[in-house]
Amino acid sequence: MKIAVLVKQVPGTESPLPINSSSTWLDEDSVTYIMNPPDNYALEEALIIREKFGSGEVVVVSMGPERTQKVIREGLAKGADRGIFIKEDESKLFDPLSVAKNLSEAIRDENFDLVFTGLQSDDIGMGQTGVLIGELLGMSTATLAVETELSDKTIKIKRELESGWFQWISLPIPASISIQSGLNVPRYPSLKGIMSAKKKEVKILNIGDFQTYDNYQKIESVFIPQTSKQTEIIEADVDTTVSRIVEILKSDLKVL
Amino acid sequence: MDILVVLEDNNGKLHRMSKEAIVAAQKIGGSVSALAIGKNSIHFAAELKDMALSEVLIVNHESVSSYSADGYAAVVTQVAKNESPKFIVAGHTYQTRDFMPRVSAKLDIPFVPDIVGLDGEKFVKQILNAKMNALISSHSNQIILSFQSAAFNEEAITQGECLSRLIEVQFDSSDVRSVSDEPFQEDSGDVDLESAEILVSVGRGIEKKENVSIAFDLSKVLGAEVSASRPVVDSGWIEPFRQVGSSGHSLAPKLYFSLGISGAIQHVVGMKGSKSIIAINKDPDAPIFEIADYAVIGDLLEIVPKLIEALETS
Repeated sequence: MKIAVLVKQVPGTESPLPINSSSTWLDEDSVTYIMNPPDNYALEEALIIREKFGSGEVVVVSMGPERTQKVIREGLAKGADRGIFIKEDESKLFDPLSVAKNLSEAIRDENFDLVFTGLQSDDIGMGQTGVLIGELLGMSTATLAVETELSDKTIKIKRELESGWFQWISLPIPASISIQSGLNVPRYPSLKGIMSAKKKEVKILNIGDFQTYDNYQKIESVFIPQTSKQTEIIEADVDTTVSRIVEILKSDLKVL
Repeated sequence: MDILVVLEDNNGKLHRMSKEAIVAAQKIGGSVSALAIGKNSIHFAAELKDMALSEVLIVNHESVSSYSADGYAAVVTQVAKNESPKFIVAGHTYQTRDFMPRVSAKLDIPFVPDIVGLDGEKFVKQILNAKMNALISSHSNQIILSFQSAAFNEEAITQGECLSRLIEVQFDSSDVRSVSDEPFQEDSGDVDLESAEILVSVGRGIEKKENVSIAFDLSKVLGAEVSASRPVVDSGWIEPFRQVGSSGHSLAPKLYFSLGISGAIQHVVGMKGSKSIIAINKDPDAPIFEIADYAVIGDLLEIVPKLIEALETS
């Protein structure tokens, strides 16, 4: 079983997020980066499947500027077998369909059985790259897997629907599947893993090898949202607070 | 046809967010049609007969009587090719996320998802965990758009009249490669959060499992249901089916009374459509206060018991 895990490097949860001078994205020099948190679950699920089967290969694939290699090394340190890095220096390819086309061409000849992605990226959050790649490579697709059961020619997944509903669905392989966060406990890299990661193969490709930028969609500007809501702040002793809430429920909202 | 709204079957009912998507389409302007797929499509067309739509297209092919990503992607792609709408519009639901990217790749057109607002023909989307917004433009003759829950109010739907038309689609049953079992719910009891007018919702600020009863006591005097944020569910203090947020329910009650919820974005997307929000939190900087109508800064463990007392005697 040959599994590709698509990982993305995104600004860290605690990173400062200064807007650049043209207000089109962040000032990247001041940003600290991490592996997109949902992608950790996709990687872990792939590693679990390989371990359960006792054979197979897990390949981490990422696209971005040079710094992106760090998340590939992190994936290798956690146990992935090798990496594919698509170098895209200007870090300006936001458009999911263009990204998916480039990634599809980069991995097409590998003939992966499974492509795993996190449910969405914590930066732009388009949440569609995995499904797009599935369609472009002629794979079956499913999203928000909370459980996987693999056999030779099919993969059964439990999909999370809305409002606490679930559904089991069986897909023929090859398949591209987005993994819901929280379905497993992602491992940390071991010291041995970190050492051996240095010796693992990372194939480096350039974005120009496949496609041009199509950029069907483009970020015109980024900005801090303004709240328009009028909020009444109630900060008083307990009795005053309670009587104000009763009044709100009775007179303002008329729910009593 | 300028805009095609793809409707969603939510366990036999027309999805609330499909109606919100119609409102968004009416805001964009031009001739708006809707597409109903599957075994309940005729009922949905009937439900929309008094709306200001050009028409409701009905696809009732047996291969798409229930949902599959393959089937829906094939139907929407064919209809989009035949009818050439400029915009293909839907609610940003889990189902839309499951099949709409396939339509985007098949038609080679962009899909701008999870939109919270319109600015002419540019689209506002939250990015970086809702810490920032992006204004997105698109360079294509056709565009797919999906709208975040409560970005538009379903009650703002423009009334009018519309007819429906049964349309044929061409595809083989072998086009659907997946086999789906019946959807199921994991032990929900009889609790129906969707139709509750008032929700009392608990967050981590409730501090321990024993204190959760305070929320149930308050819900009793208010005639409310009790919901919760993910951390409270993950701690095992309350049942999973009460969870509100991106991985749980998406709700729009008349009143959302939040107790000790900080207001992470994953929670907020599930409740920001509430008509009114009262939030109690010790932390004056809690993000929940940004969307609250009434921000009560204080200790819920002191305030709520006294509030229950006051409500019982009044």
